[in-house]
Amino acid sequence: MSRRPEPAGTQDPARHHLSPTRTLDIDPLIEDPDTRIVVCCGSGGVGKTTTAAALGLRAAERGRKVVVLTIDPARRLAQSMGIDSLDNTPRRVKGIDDSAGGELHAMMLDMKRTFDEIVEAHADAERAAAILGNPFYQSLSAGFAGTQEYMAMEKLGQLRSRDEWDLIVVDTPPSRSALDFLDAPKRLGSFLDGKLIRVLLAPAKVGGRAGMKFLNVGMSMMTGALGKVLGGQLLRDVQTFVAAMDSMFGGFRTRADATYKLLQAPGTAFLVVAAPERDALREAAYFVERLAAEDMPLAGLVLNRVHGSGADRLSAERALAAAENLEDPRIVDQEDGKAGLRNSPDTYDSSESPAASDVPDGGSPATTDVDSPDGNTAPDADSDAGAERPVERLTAGLLRLHAERMRLLSREQRTRDRFLALHPEVAVTEVAALPGDVHDLTGLRDIGDRLAADRPELPVTP
Amino acid sequence: MSRLQVVSGKGGTGKTTVAAALALALAEEGKRTLLVEVEGRQGIAQLFETEALPYEERKIAVAPGGGEVYALAIDPELALLDYLQMFYKLGSAGRALRKLGAIDFATTIAPGVRDVLLTGKACEAVRRKDRNGRFVYDYVVMDAPPTGRITRFLNVNDEVAGLAKIGPIHNQAQAVMRVLKSPETAVHLVTLLEEMPVQETADGIAELRAARLPVGRVIVNMVRPQVLDADALELVATVPRSSVARALSSAGLGGARRGGHAERLVEPLLAQAAEYAERYALETEQRAVLADLDVPLHELPLLAEGMDLAGLYALARQLREQDVS
Repeated sequence: MSRRPEPAGTQDPARHHLSPTRTLDIDPLIEDPDTRIVVCCGSGGVGKTTTAAALGLRAAERGRKVVVLTIDPARRLAQSMGIDSLDNTPRRVKGIDDSAGGELHAMMLDMKRTFDEIVEAHADAERAAAILGNPFYQSLSAGFAGTQEYMAMEKLGQLRSRDEWDLIVVDTPPSRSALDFLDAPKRLGSFLDGKLIRVLLAPAKVGGRAGMKFLNVGMSMMTGALGKVLGGQLLRDVQTFVAAMDSMFGGFRTRADATYKLLQAPGTAFLVVAAPERDALREAAYFVERLAAEDMPLAGLVLNRVHGSGADRLSAERALAAAENLEDPRIVDQEDGKAGLRNSPDTYDSSESPAASDVPDGGSPATTDVDSPDGNTAPDADSDAGAERPVERLTAGLLRLHAERMRLLSREQRTRDRFLALHPEVAVTEVAALPGDVHDLTGLRDIGDRLAADRPELPVTP
Repeated sequence: MSRLQVVSGKGGTGKTTVAAALALALAEEGKRTLLVEVEGRQGIAQLFETEALPYEERKIAVAPGGGEVYALAIDPELALLDYLQMFYKLGSAGRALRKLGAIDFATTIAPGVRDVLLTGKACEAVRRKDRNGRFVYDYVVMDAPPTGRITRFLNVNDEVAGLAKIGPIHNQAQAVMRVLKSPETAVHLVTLLEEMPVQETADGIAELRAARLPVGRVIVNMVRPQVLDADALELVATVPRSSVARALSSAGLGGARRGGHAERLVEPLLAQAAEYAERYALETEQRAVLADLDVPLHELPLLAEGMDLAGLYALARQLREQDVS
């Protein structure tokens, strides 16, 4: 991806970024009373849960009554919000600043329990007991692929219909395709509408319903084939299960449709969460396209873990050349240092392109081999000089560290610019990387501040 | 060396990359490996810079020394039809099932069927022999679901065998479990030196062990080079700002005086060093946690220029040097 041409002499580091056409403003979004649901989605390992929790906390501290629905939070994060018990009930989070009148509640999804609750709510006691005791049901509800997605959406529907909260923030399951939760209600619906279910129900309905007759011709062949594949006993379990669930299917279907519509409604906002890495942004792009295809309202992209540098006018190449200078003064013609001094006012901020960076001739940055996978660092290689000149050695280390940071920065920018070139319509907010994990409210608040900052915050670090 | 190598890891740790590098490493010296993808993400095709993989075993790379890497993206629906055809000769009934939505049901909604098909297909490839009675693949490497789901995924056949107490599904499930619980299989977990992935790795190992699934190795991916050692980090806290400024200046980075270019670099560079120190301490902690797991540990470096095909070969070489393959 080529960079934009820049006016010569530009010194604003922010210009090195391809500015997104739109900036995602988090505060107006979460403060707007019309925003009732925020769904955070994205691939695994990009900080989705943390983002959801931070948004919830921020909205609550700005006066809204919020519930955060998390799927599988890291233990310490859950503990920080007081939801280390998995009881499927929203719990009030203590320790937030409630001076604006807001509240924060949090809950962790218990799939099986959610499923059980639906059964209990929709079937009479006897039938419910039959379903809950069915081995097929037990496996289905305990979390095979897909169930988590259905149940997350079901729980969202429940929370919304209780209408106790101003804002529901949902974290989505770390799905293998990251999109399963969108498909879940639809897929369930199409299954429930399908003929298969009638076939499965057939033995329980000898005589059949009106309109089912046409199936009877092939019916025995069908159940015969199913029996052959599944084994007679499993087929019977499945049939008993389906028969017992039959009365509830209408309800299921209606709920699945309602949830899907809820996701498309104006009060819902999707946030795609990603990190500035190739795979994560590729998934994010896929998500953006998919949400558009489904008419789901995308608010924007949260780009987590973006690195910055307070010294980003010093290029990686220049830093490495200087580090070499310090580590091995023997191979460096001393004039180089002086030349640097003489030219100092503008040697390193005139250019941002590696190729064009005017390294003094003696520095020969091409010889620097920091690419080697073992990252062998010169301080060890030249311990003599290092031992005698600890400050020089340290300074060389600082410069190498900086070079590494600048490499990372340019890689992140390339990845990000590629995404933005393909999706200029997407509003973006960037969250600066933190050295460690977040596991308390202070950390979440800090993330919230970073989310809401209107331009990428280059961490000049505390 | 186990013939079925299952690679799992928390999302974002690069398990697909490690699985691909492992398949390459195992293919050296004229061996043939099959790299299996089960999550329909086409990550392998992207990594090897080829077009999307069909449901078909196809050669995607040649390893140094003439070995070959084949890849297969398993499509559960096609795998099920395959399977029905192969074992039951269902013919028109199979097609009718598909029309009814039974196939769709089985592969997306029915508990476990999808996972049974995926593990079943991989085990079939492990056991497959050619006409001369030799294994078609020396190794099968599976890019498996993430750590949080891996035990359940591999154990699904146990569950299915319990659900279907007799019949062909029962038998098939049992056969798959025999492979998965034997020394023929090794389950590796990929992690980063960060708290959450390390915690998940520890939990994952405990779960695998409880299910009596064979735990292989832990591969720490994207390890950043050590730039500042302990001595340097100690010095960061105490070093006079002015002497760093002078060193920077002597290296040609501008004036050391207040407001000079070198002087203005000091604070941001030291701030980066402080961040590094914090991360370094966290990484040391996480290394200790990993060391306690009593599983062979390996490290792969972070590639400075990002992941590409050349990087993949470099990682494969590293795995070979560390005797992972």
